Amino acid sequence: MGKVIVVTSGKGGVGKTTSSAALGAALAQNGDKVAVVDFDVGLRNLDLIMGAERRVVYDLVNVIKGEAKLTQALIRDKRLETLYLLPASQTRDKDNLTPEGVEKVIAALKNAFDWVICDSPAGIERGATLAMRHADVAIVVTNPEVSSVRDSDRIIGLLDSKTLKAENGEQMEKHLLLTRYDPARAERGDMLKVDDVLEILSIPLLGIIPESMDVLRASNVGSPVTLADDRSAPAIAYFDAARRLKGESLPVTVPGEKRGFFGKIFGRKAA
Amino acid sequence: MNFLRLFSRPQSAPAARERLQVLLAHERASAGDSDLVTKLRDEILRVISKHMQIDDEKVSVKMERGAQVSTLAVDIEIPFDAGKKAA
Repeated sequence: MGKVIVVTSGKGGVGKTTSSAALGAALAQNGDKVAVVDFDVGLRNLDLIMGAERRVVYDLVNVIKGEAKLTQALIRDKRLETLYLLPASQTRDKDNLTPEGVEKVIAALKNAFDWVICDSPAGIERGATLAMRHADVAIVVTNPEVSSVRDSDRIIGLLDSKTLKAENGEQMEKHLLLTRYDPARAERGDMLKVDDVLEILSIPLLGIIPESMDVLRASNVGSPVTLADDRSAPAIAYFDAARRLKGESLPVTVPGEKRGFFGKIFGRKAA
Repeated sequence: MNFLRLFSRPQSAPAARERLQVLLAHERASAGDSDLVTKLRDEILRVISKHMQIDDEKVSVKMERGAQVSTLAVDIEIPFDAGKKAA
């Protein structure tokens, strides 16, 4: 039985889709069977980030409405044979996403995969609440910036009240993924510190992803960053986060903090 | 190390531009309704289901949307006695 993870944030543009693709690929690169599901009906982008946009045949809504089998809608990654994508519908209304339909799809995916990663849309509406509903684990993606932290706090509240786990009186396992972290700005004191964010949100840290050109490059070519350049700083950070998800206890390094004399002169830009 | 990598790698922006052009051309053409390839897919399946009971598990549909041409591959297993059942 696989584990269901929701990647959520409340705020848009913080890196949910990038993180869903990168973590999904990182887990699959390790040999695990992974399905990444796009819940952003009407504004799908996971297909584009994963480079499968030309191969979408059926989508989540087709499966929910019984117009296609789950196996027909799943798109296998061209590079990794254990990585699959279930795209969101681009043209249909999000009202087609029904709680019963989502429940069935998630149940079927849990049976067939080690990990089911639900890429939540921004906001706190239907798509976002359905994406988190069946989760075993939540990854809250946050930027070190006031509005993102505030929205994450709101989402944490929803994770603790509107999910099946919460309704059954269980505790939702939540992790913070701090993304777009800029060491140069942190050094100047113009960015919220990691400890500040952790103290405010008080959930354990899964990883810190540095702001990086490598993320943009990866999205340009349609490849999760862990596949596009597996030695880049963000890729290494995602690989470590994936290992922590699997239960390993690795210390989290704050980008830029280990920088020595040489790095201080030459390494001003984020990785 | 950062510079070496900058010089050794090809630019990624042209790839982004080309991917977006193809994708948006298809999405604009299909605004509101399903596009031609999707219509063809649905109609082909409908026509075939008139003549035989289609087992959903035995149907594989693949599409690849390109700049100049798209491909649609519908792969259906037709059992030996399929025609007799429908008749």
